[in-house]
Amino acid sequence: MAFYVVQFLTGLASAASLFLVASGLSIIFGVTRIVNFAHGAFYMIGAYIAFTLTERFSGAFGFWGGVVAAALAVALIGVLVEMVLLRRIYHAPELFQLLGTFGLTLIVEDLVVLIWGPDDLVGRRAPGFKGAVDFFGQNIPSYDLFLIVLGPVVLGILWLLFQRTRWGVLVRAATQDRDMVAALGVNQKWLFTSVFAVGVFLAALGGALQIPRDAVHHAMDLRIIVEVFVVVVIGGLGSIVGAFVAAVLVSELNAFGILIFPKISIILVFLVMAVVLIVRPWGLFGKPEAAARKTPGLSVNPWRPLTSNERLGSLAALVIAAMLPLFAGNYALTVGSEIAIFVIFAISLHFLMSVGGLASFGHAAYFGLGAYGVAFLAKMAGLPMIVCLLLGPLLGCMGAAVFGFFAVQLSGVYFAMLTLAFAQIVWSIAFQWVSVTGGDNGILGVWPASWAASPSHFYWLALGVAALVTIALRIAVFSPFGYALRATRDSVLRSEAVGINAKRIQWTAFVIAGTTAGIGGALFAYLKGSVFPDNLGISLSVDALVMVLLGGVETVSGGVVGAIVYKALNIWLVSQTDLSKLVLGGFIVLIVVVFPKGIVGMLEILAQRRRKSSPPGSSLLAKPIESAE
Amino acid sequence: MKLTVQDLNSHYGPAHILFDIGFEVGDGEVVALLGRNGAGKSTTFRSIVGLVAQRTGRITFEGKDVSAKPTHEIVREGLGYVPEERRIFTDLTVEENLEVGRQPKRPNAPHWTREKLFTLFPNLGEMKNRPGGRMSGGEQQMLTIARTLMGNPSLVLLDEPSEGLSPKIVEQMVDAILTMKKEGVSIVVSEQNLHFARLISDRAYIIERGRICFGGTMAELDARPDIRDAHLSL
Repeated sequence: MAFYVVQFLTGLASAASLFLVASGLSIIFGVTRIVNFAHGAFYMIGAYIAFTLTERFSGAFGFWGGVVAAALAVALIGVLVEMVLLRRIYHAPELFQLLGTFGLTLIVEDLVVLIWGPDDLVGRRAPGFKGAVDFFGQNIPSYDLFLIVLGPVVLGILWLLFQRTRWGVLVRAATQDRDMVAALGVNQKWLFTSVFAVGVFLAALGGALQIPRDAVHHAMDLRIIVEVFVVVVIGGLGSIVGAFVAAVLVSELNAFGILIFPKISIILVFLVMAVVLIVRPWGLFGKPEAAARKTPGLSVNPWRPLTSNERLGSLAALVIAAMLPLFAGNYALTVGSEIAIFVIFAISLHFLMSVGGLASFGHAAYFGLGAYGVAFLAKMAGLPMIVCLLLGPLLGCMGAAVFGFFAVQLSGVYFAMLTLAFAQIVWSIAFQWVSVTGGDNGILGVWPASWAASPSHFYWLALGVAALVTIALRIAVFSPFGYALRATRDSVLRSEAVGINAKRIQWTAFVIAGTTAGIGGALFAYLKGSVFPDNLGISLSVDALVMVLLGGVETVSGGVVGAIVYKALNIWLVSQTDLSKLVLGGFIVLIVVVFPKGIVGMLEILAQRRRKSSPPGSSLLAKPIESAE
Repeated sequence: MKLTVQDLNSHYGPAHILFDIGFEVGDGEVVALLGRNGAGKSTTFRSIVGLVAQRTGRITFEGKDVSAKPTHEIVREGLGYVPEERRIFTDLTVEENLEVGRQPKRPNAPHWTREKLFTLFPNLGEMKNRPGGRMSGGEQQMLTIARTLMGNPSLVLLDEPSEGLSPKIVEQMVDAILTMKKEGVSIVVSEQNLHFARLISDRAYIIERGRICFGGTMAELDARPDIRDAHLSL
């Protein structure tokens, strides 16, 4: 019995940090409508700075002063970020904001390693809370008891701040109607900045308070951000009380899940989240969101199938690509195969995002599932390559069918957060379930059959599949299904009013996109000869997003161009620098701020300007139709 | 002149909504902006306070050019705005709604306190702690006006204050507007209801399809039934 009580108290103690970070994310989202992906990064910097300060200054004052000073310092960094970066993208679609703050996270991850080194840092114990309390023969660290008290105290302070101060009243008003607050003479800019500072302060404080419990390391940001997303989805975005209750719930599920499913404890959290989403899609304490802002496009150009000239051009490009083995070496062919595979991956997400308006932040899950599907079939069942290639993607299909069912119940940022959480769960299973997946060691020795073994043959295979998939998805875009999907993207209500079952259409699109990604993953397993948890990791999901945005989300096939440019650039960058995350993060931030329309989108605008200047009569039709935003 | 609007043009995306709008409001005057649904009344108000991004023209308030300023700065000059859809903060109580609107005292405008506003709108005084979402339409309309007055404006843009209200509440609204006028607040009120406008206004402008097509005193408007029939009657 005592053991369970102690386990329960440990869960409560872990909830404190989770609550601090989640409430910060919630507050920031409520007012600025930005889902701050960099929140985990701020949490991590808070821990690192607190580590340095508490090492430098001794004694109780040094420790507690260091913790608070670290949180304040990070809040100041947050203010700078808000003023320099976020102010430029408040009016961009939500997706770009999420991506922009993700770019920041990448930058921070490399900077942290540059400054503090790659090793885990073990911080000092908190003065006054070094011992443990005996509880019927079980030890409870007294610092845990401190954290258990701290959580409700912070909740109380936040409650007072929001209910009893003018600032709190303004923040709550702005959460509901930003324009109206401005129309009453309140300067939104500083309101946003102050809210961001408070939110970041909470995140950094959460990080700083963790140092006596956990080692500080450079991957702690991703771990916390996924948990925080789960917490706010369960608790309801924008609700502080919800964040508290959900943080306790998730922490307890983690604490007891270890006892029930020692290998895959995260399953339990996932199940609870799924139940909550079915019963209350907006979270336990959240409110149903008014019609979500449109996610991808700033404006939409009318789409049309390729003209016959453009078809010839595409065919010529394909023929030229197919001639690569005539003059390129093996390394170039391997790179070529990889690019072709990423074209498949990118266009599958592009289909979901541009046609369906559903921005998945965890698309790599289905790519990786396809890869694992192939690995299972080839290594365990010993099936021949052609069968594996045909059946492997079905694992991606099944994953997409299950997760997609839940994900399409939501839209906008909730959809993005949920898909990310799902992908992270799949990753955790692949990572933790060592007996089946091999864990971190992966599954090795997935080699292609002899007919596809040579680099040129494999390249032709990858290129052929990529071409077929691209054509198939384009046909789908201009099919009745594609029209229905676009209708649900533009207005769920109106599409339902004309008899379209919006959720089913979106679910179908999700499954199509997941299966297609699985095809890419299946080829990828054979290209690399092995499968690792990284094949379904966050960074791969973000690669896909960047490829789509780089190509241009408002185009029909921007993903193809985006994948080619990005992948080539990425492979080259990794070979040139050790700081690839830093460069990549900077690159993402740059895309978000400077090129929100992507490469193909830019080309279309240029082409349009040319067209518009020649025949003045048709200029009205050629004008982009602005979305209602 | 309190407020002068010259050559105001506004767009929503590719759609041109307002065409060379021009009108003026004298000190302490109540001016009606009349027009049918969709004529451009709300867009005119939204453009004046800077809530429409794509706008050109010159807006002078108390001798200062405010056309390039952001919304909150325009409002802080003392130009209050009461939106059409009421847009009270439904999660906030009556008192908290008023708090959002509070601005410092201004030398050239009447100073409003909570107590003074609760005498102007007695209903509100009886429900200080009620959330805005649990009030009737008429009470919400009073709260929007009271909230804007908390900013101590010297001029208020009132967008269709009588819309959707019962005759009894409309009467209270007339009294409230006349009290505001007596206190020295200049008012521009947009209306479809000519009868309501006549009770409170000194002068009127008629707007149709984004253009001003009449301007004059209420007596001059009454002398031109042709204009009234062409632009206002249904």
